[in-house]
Amino acid sequence: MSDDTADSGSVPATNAGYDEWLDAIADGEGYALVCPDGHGSLPPRRVCPACGSTELSREPLDATGTVETRSVVHVPSPRFAEDAPYVTAIADFGPVRVTGVVRGIDPEPDAIDAVDAIEASVGTRETDGERIVVFRPTDEA
Amino acid sequence: MTDVRVAGVGLTRFGNHPERTGRDLFATAALRAFEDAGVPRADVEELNYGNFMGALAEHQGHQAPLMAEAAGVRCPATRYESACASAGVAVREAVRTVRAGDADVVLAGGMERMTNLPTAEVTEGLAIAADDLFEVREGVTFPGAYALMANAYFDAYGGDREDLAHIASKNHANAVPNEYAQFRTEVSVEEAMDAPPVAEPLHLYDACPITDGASALVIVSEEYAADHDIDAPVAVTGVGQGTDRLALADRAHVAQTPAADDAAETAYAAAGVRAADVDVAEVHDCFTIAEVLAIESLGIAPRGEGITAARDGRTTADGDVPVNLSGGLKAKGHPVGATGGSQIAELTRLLRGDHPNSEHVADAEVGVAHNAGGTVASAVVHVLEVAE
Repeated sequence: MSDDTADSGSVPATNAGYDEWLDAIADGEGYALVCPDGHGSLPPRRVCPACGSTELSREPLDATGTVETRSVVHVPSPRFAEDAPYVTAIADFGPVRVTGVVRGIDPEPDAIDAVDAIEASVGTRETDGERIVVFRPTDEA
Repeated sequence: MTDVRVAGVGLTRFGNHPERTGRDLFATAALRAFEDAGVPRADVEELNYGNFMGALAEHQGHQAPLMAEAAGVRCPATRYESACASAGVAVREAVRTVRAGDADVVLAGGMERMTNLPTAEVTEGLAIAADDLFEVREGVTFPGAYALMANAYFDAYGGDREDLAHIASKNHANAVPNEYAQFRTEVSVEEAMDAPPVAEPLHLYDACPITDGASALVIVSEEYAADHDIDAPVAVTGVGQGTDRLALADRAHVAQTPAADDAAETAYAAAGVRAADVDVAEVHDCFTIAEVLAIESLGIAPRGEGITAARDGRTTADGDVPVNLSGGLKAKGHPVGATGGSQIAELTRLLRGDHPNSEHVADAEVGVAHNAGGTVASAVVHVLEVAE
């Protein structure tokens, strides 16, 4: 087995596998690593954490995710100091669930409770400009 | 296999001690444990020490040798780190070591120094118990993660903020007589409801405070206690540990804690008890919703019904199974790496009859301690029983 990271790209990475995955989300081509039994997980990954299979293939995320749970965060960590209050959510995208920051709505419990369908993209933290996973309500929501 | 006894327990007062070093906090707890036990320090064969964020808070790695010298013991010393379950895993290994016959006397516990850091840095420090790539970078804080679990719970089983406020009020009331507790003041349901939000639906009184403190236990074999005429009426009859996926999004169910289910099942089987036998519990209520998830994993409440247990008086001091008579993490305080040891210290005092709240569990024979790490990717359960 090679020690090369399975997802190594041409651009120097700080977290090989993760950075490429985030690039794919930004391009609207987000994916999960899926084993023959259909368990999904996120990279970098050499073994299916559910069953131990090493046969992992890239499968696309569902274009639209379903919000499973959410919170309006008022007390942030330093990296989100200028982002608060913000909404964080876990959404189901088929083979995996993904965690991200919901934008395009007011950071109020009633507003996020009304959101069901979201799309994943990549945005930046207002505090330090670092890239993060951003969810936005779909047009039909 | 050797039966295991708690010979002595020691705690510092939990609270704001920003000027006190970690080594001084742990030394205080350890000396109190030795005094309580009547066991000479020279007899200690292992030190199992829990700590989570000492590298951040005190710029101090490699803490176990430092704590061995602070406690005045010279023996193999190891630091255990499993986030908020650090002391729980340290005590579990102490119990397993004695049970296996590898040692007769082990000092176990933990320490956390937190209030010397600004709150924002503590928030960041606690968050690193979550998945850095897929959670922390996306803004998941420690309260935020439990807020995600709380909303998932409400969606799945019902319940609301007022149910959670009853848990906060209960645990604050329990802490009033506890001399080691950080907050010894009552908080009404209304005050909890009106407090400012931290991460919706969790508000200020749903969250444990930031706490400095240490815990220490002298764990001995039954034979050692008998041979040395040590009064150690409480036995550790079962231990269990469970592990889950680190990120909340990867769990089978966001509103359940399977790692704690597994830990409880293992601990109950080892002790030969059932959930129905439990008379009193100390559980990991870092947030009010965490107490709900804990008592459901322990079988004290059926799945989906833990949310109303405090409100209905089932887990209050005069309820069927009092939960967190110490005040819990909520009011007693949560020095992260010390908490698992402090729960067993409090439970031991409750069962021995020398805790200020022992009157509420005068006939109790079986107690259970539940210590969780992060969003319960780690869980440790200990069963304690009155043996004499």
